[in-house]
Amino acid sequence: MNELRTILTETCTRLFTDHATTAVLEAAEKGEWPAALWQALEENGLTLPQVDEARGGAGGSWGDAFVVLTAAGRFAAPVPLAETVLAGSLLAEAGLDVPLGPLTVAPVHINEGLALTRGSGGWRLGGRVTRVPWGVRAGHVVVAAEGEGRPMIALVAGGSARTEVDASLAREPRDTLEWADAPVIAAAPARSRLGRAPAFAGGALVRAAQMAGGLEFLLAQSVKYVTERKQFGRPLAAFQAIQHQLALLAGHTAGAGMAAQQAFHAMERAAEGADATFEIAVAKVRTGEAAGLGASIAHQCHGAIGFTYEHSLHFVTRRLWSWRAEFGAESHWSVALGREVAARGPEALWPHMASR
Amino acid sequence: MSTFNFELRPLPPEAEAIRDEVRDFLRREMSQYPPAERARSWGGFNRDFSRRMGERGWIGMTWPKKYGGHERTALERYVVLEETLAAGAPVSAHWVADRQSGPLLLRFGTEEQRQRFLPRIARGELAFAIGMSEPDSGSDLASIRTRAEKVAGGYRVNGTKIWTSNAHLSDYAIALFRTTVVPDKKHEGLSQFLVDLKSPGISIRPIYDLAGGHHFNEVHFQDCLVPDDMLVGKDGDGWKQVTTELAFERSGPERYLSSLQLVIELIREAGREPGERAAALIGHFTAHLVTLRQMSLSIASMLQAGQNPNLEAAVVKDLGTTFEQEIPEAVHALTGAEPHIGSGSQFERTLGYLVQHAPSFSLRGGTREVLRGIIARGLGLR
Repeated sequence: MNELRTILTETCTRLFTDHATTAVLEAAEKGEWPAALWQALEENGLTLPQVDEARGGAGGSWGDAFVVLTAAGRFAAPVPLAETVLAGSLLAEAGLDVPLGPLTVAPVHINEGLALTRGSGGWRLGGRVTRVPWGVRAGHVVVAAEGEGRPMIALVAGGSARTEVDASLAREPRDTLEWADAPVIAAAPARSRLGRAPAFAGGALVRAAQMAGGLEFLLAQSVKYVTERKQFGRPLAAFQAIQHQLALLAGHTAGAGMAAQQAFHAMERAAEGADATFEIAVAKVRTGEAAGLGASIAHQCHGAIGFTYEHSLHFVTRRLWSWRAEFGAESHWSVALGREVAARGPEALWPHMASR
Repeated sequence: MSTFNFELRPLPPEAEAIRDEVRDFLRREMSQYPPAERARSWGGFNRDFSRRMGERGWIGMTWPKKYGGHERTALERYVVLEETLAAGAPVSAHWVADRQSGPLLLRFGTEEQRQRFLPRIARGELAFAIGMSEPDSGSDLASIRTRAEKVAGGYRVNGTKIWTSNAHLSDYAIALFRTTVVPDKKHEGLSQFLVDLKSPGISIRPIYDLAGGHHFNEVHFQDCLVPDDMLVGKDGDGWKQVTTELAFERSGPERYLSSLQLVIELIREAGREPGERAAALIGHFTAHLVTLRQMSLSIASMLQAGQNPNLEAAVVKDLGTTFEQEIPEAVHALTGAEPHIGSGSQFERTLGYLVQHAPSFSLRGGTREVLRGIIARGLGLR
């Protein structure tokens, strides 16, 4: 890791240690907005790490965004940071300005569509999307929508939709938003390395990084716990059954991290016109599988205490169970990936793999 | 922060530059190899093929030119390895020497040993076997008992090595013997030797595997004299040397690609527009293949940079071999195909080969349990 990334990692770790405390996480689950956390993120330029400075971002790369989002995953940060990072990038790539404050993206589901129509005085938005992360809370929503037959990116105000509130397992807002001929602040053709469904694929990308980070927490927390906790007169870490389970967790944590890292690298590398959806599919499948297995091992190693609300393990495990399902579960992405690979034919599998 | 140091390290252009040349060569070499034959992966032994690899300069690639090497980078070598494995080429006659015996001699051997052996290995002329395990010493390698007693002019060896792959086809073995018995200190008093497998006092008995194949052997030493100049490194340093050798053995792409041919045949079987279940499985396999390749590449880059990625190699071997084993299992679950040997389609025969050989994937080169112990130590649990 280069020096700047190391500094960025340290900055994130310090910031989340100070502002994403257990008290803040618990308050957020009761509906309190963690204003100090969000303010610290914005002040440190971490909400738009890879957006050009000209558009209000930090002018870094997708590699920087990976560092920020894995850190957010490690700390179960209860803010729409991943959504803002993605939304800002969708806007900037489409040549639109990025507003301040928390943003979110829609749609989350591949089978939900939004439509832009040209009315008097500009574009109007129509359609209904469900399970939008922080939908009610976000100041603005960045939507991927069809407009005159092509994929567009549009920015709408947070209050522009009729809403029904709901929540994820971790009590984060996951709201239904419905627009009927709603005004649009800005819209432009989507220009993105995220394929035909940029909000959906981009959501899978950022969730992969969060899951990779969440798994790092599970591993570190589990190692700490089994080293401290004693039964039968010795630390749990002394039992081979425990050692082997944590070795397995370490392997899947490393695999998830590598897959997510590769997807962010592909975003950086993909030339104009090319896209990163192959690597994103790989990452969402790999991190999602690891999330299920990792949560299971971490809970088993923690015993009953890890199953209580009092212990902090669940802040990450409940998020992992939601994140793996959002923006396409493994079932969606593995089928998409399998169809893509099969369409190229058996002899192309290896050359394609080796070219990525 | 992540516990293990897996950095994404894409291959540099000079390493990629060699890929097309290797593919062209393999396309010609492998035109007559059906999929079920390619599934043997690095199990295929063909001295002519190895000589042609040597002629191309693709054995001993990173070694100094004065020892017949080619002074290429570890990453150029990695491209050659992964391409030959992906093609299912019969690399076994040079694999062990290129991967571990040669590097061991380069690191610990005498100048005379390097001059004598390395150029011939690099030409693809010398096949090596590994003499580590014994009938009573498998995972507990340090408990070996085969004695090499110092006598005038050399060492007199008595004992038995087992699971010695290709000993019956190879020229030499690098073997670990006990030169001094140090009570209660099993890791001390071990030494490594170059052993000419044609020497008097050595008898080689086949051990057939469950599929009837002959790779394994039991190698029996009875008053076999190994000359002084065949001692590798220092007398008594064998354990330290052998763990270095095992790191070479565990770090390569052969630890995740053993079942690749079955994935390819599954894609052929499923057709260009597969059903949802087949597509999901192909996608799942692809996600793991792509990720494991990047992890394996990351290790290759660490080796190139002179780092010691022992822990990372254990992680990749554990994940990789588990994945290799999952492939025939999942393909069976999807298709219900019966594994075949002599009859049936190439798909059924590839399945037949891999179903039978998969159990060995997490045994050879360090069992899953040994690897997880190494990883657990890396985590600070032991």
